[in-house]
Amino acid sequence: MTCALPSLATAAAEPAPPFAVLAELTHRCPLRCAYCSNPVTLEPASAELDTATWKRVLDEAADAGALQVHFSGGEPCVRKDLEELVAHATEAGLYSNLITSAVLLDADRLARLKAAGLQHVQISVQDSEAEGADWIGGYRGGHARKLETARRVVDSGLALTINAVLHRHNIERVNAFIDRALELRAGRIEIANVQYYGWALENRAALMPSREQLLTMDAAVRARLPELAGRLVVDYVVPDYYARRPKSCMGGWGRRFMNVTPRGRVLPCHAAETIPGLSFETVFDRSLSDIWRDGPAFAHYRGTAWMPQPCQSCDDREEDWGGCRCQALALAGDAGAADPVCELSPSHAAVALLRDRDAAALGTPWRYRGG
Amino acid sequence: MSAAALIDEAARVRLAAGVMLRHDRRRGQWMLMAPERLLVLDDMALAVLRACTGAEDEVGGAIDRLAAEYDAPRGEIAADVLDLLNDLRNKGYVAA
Ligand code: SF4
Ligand code: SF4
Repeated sequence: MTCALPSLATAAAEPAPPFAVLAELTHRCPLRCAYCSNPVTLEPASAELDTATWKRVLDEAADAGALQVHFSGGEPCVRKDLEELVAHATEAGLYSNLITSAVLLDADRLARLKAAGLQHVQISVQDSEAEGADWIGGYRGGHARKLETARRVVDSGLALTINAVLHRHNIERVNAFIDRALELRAGRIEIANVQYYGWALENRAALMPSREQLLTMDAAVRARLPELAGRLVVDYVVPDYYARRPKSCMGGWGRRFMNVTPRGRVLPCHAAETIPGLSFETVFDRSLSDIWRDGPAFAHYRGTAWMPQPCQSCDDREEDWGGCRCQALALAGDAGAADPVCELSPSHAAVALLRDRDAAALGTPWRYRGG
Repeated sequence: MSAAALIDEAARVRLAAGVMLRHDRRRGQWMLMAPERLLVLDDMALAVLRACTGAEDEVGGAIDRLAAEYDAPRGEIAADVLDLLNDLRNKGYVAA
């Protein structure tokens, strides 16, 4: 007898290995940026993985095929074992990036990190001048420290990226941010408009720029790109709420990145814990390779099979992978919907309304992270 | 300010800060590892990078060697090499 049903047992093809692992060493941070994308419920120091476990995780990342590790947080420099972890990553064959606010990164520490094999330092800058920057970061004297550290990074031969996070209160100074990156001899600037996750989502009405602000900034950036060619690499994307198509979030769910939280949960993206109904494994459950291959949270939105309309029949479905799941949840109430930033999404008009309402809420105070 | 001058045969190039050439055994590919990104290299790009960044001389000298090694017209090789190097520089992988 033959069975007419297609076999459901066909093994799914193994996913290609991850490109990088984001190691969120801690949620602790001396700064208090209102746009922080860390979760509103921050993990305490007591919950953090210990050194030995992080080392095992780094070995497992390399085993899973990851090529790079991004040490981030919070502020990764609050971990006293950062040098030890970088050295371990280097030994495991991983390329190390440090994503930092830089205020805790003194000359000795930087030298030790470099000796441990660190290759690249990304420093967030909150504004082009100290007064605004220290106000936004909620940390006095932070800006001056950042600039000092940034110069030291370049002098020591490491790659420097300036991460300029733009919102209502500093977007007008995008040119000054670019000038600052040139002056610091950074190799790259990320012109990163706030993405509304975690604290930033709470503070959206205090951060959302207006359409006029956005258009002015966009024109300014585009006008400068030709002169920056060969001098400064510019990473720039139109901010979500003003875009017509979504970003390819994380390069596609479960396609390029794994994120390990301070307490060891393994996530497809750092905001994934906001999605109800997904079950996340931890580094104490299985190896990163196993979790990557068939962990339920990774498998859930990987590829295109999960997609509803309009994504399912859209030609761009393997370009943006339907956008961001966490944003779909936040804006359409359904993590399995098309990212409402997409103009083809039935919820797109609602995003425009929210955006315009928040953009008009001038004078809304923000709540500092942790505050 | 004006754009950086194009890389020409008189330039000397090196990998930019934080960029390294790596062979990944798992994927069986040569790649440039760079800050938060990587670039998979084909055979030609690999040969050009080795010739231009490994040597002490100028890009022109590397073009001479590549033309001899690949037994190809120097003019064609020169055009390809300079295009590639300028593209890699604009993307932050090499510095002149
Ligand atoms: S966004 Fe600000 S508060 Fe959040 S981790 Fe980065 S520097 Fe710290
Ligand atoms: S319909 Fe879906 S796949 Fe198509 S552009 Fe919009 S979000 Fe992307």
